[in-house]
Amino acid sequence: MSFLDETLVRLNVQAENAEDAIRQSGRLLVEEGYAEEGYIQAMVDSYRENGAYFVIAPSVAIPHARPETGALESAISFVQLTEGVAFGHEANDPVRLVFGLSAASSEEHVKVIQKIAKLLGKKGNIDKLLEADSYDVIHQLKEEIK
Amino acid sequence: MKILTVCGVGQGTSLILKMTVEDVLTKMGVQADVENTDVSTARAMNSDIIVLSQDLANTLGEETGAEVVVVNNYFDEDEVEAALSKVIK
Repeated sequence: MSFLDETLVRLNVQAENAEDAIRQSGRLLVEEGYAEEGYIQAMVDSYRENGAYFVIAPSVAIPHARPETGALESAISFVQLTEGVAFGHEANDPVRLVFGLSAASSEEHVKVIQKIAKLLGKKGNIDKLLEADSYDVIHQLKEEIK
Repeated sequence: MKILTVCGVGQGTSLILKMTVEDVLTKMGVQADVENTDVSTARAMNSDIIVLSQDLANTLGEETGAEVVVVNNYFDEDEVEAALSKVIK
């Protein structure tokens, strides 16, 4: 299981559009071995099919796909976008925080979801993530929810 | 009472929403069985309340017989409580 480890985090990134942002978050998961190549396309397909429901708070998107589409191990990556991108969510656009989720079906999946819920549910943390300019900030936020 | 939290896959964002809904129900002093699932399973299941995003509410349709509750911010307990209060008397 990996939750926002340094190799899974990219700050101050440009994305052309929602699909590009989703692909970048998925690319990190693939590069670090948490998902197969095909999982990236499955994340995009899920977005095309189901819409932007995974934009679950203002500025925050958690793109993911079904476990059987190539998730190898539970992990969450993080791409912080310099400029907001429209995902097509009426209330929560524009998105600047993209958390790519490799959803393997296991107990670890529940743990990783609990961690992200705790991190994003804590008041003030979304603002801190929007302003983060180094991995140290992410590390600090992770320590605070331990 | 049976409450479903729903997302496209059934175990990502619906699980996050389930956690918030359970916290809010505890605060409200309401006993309920909360389960997370995907849209097509939710459509086929018997439930009293279905909690989900606006996008998925449009996909779900209105034939479930359950009260549909739309939530925008899955981490905002006040929003979730206000939305649930409308259907839980």
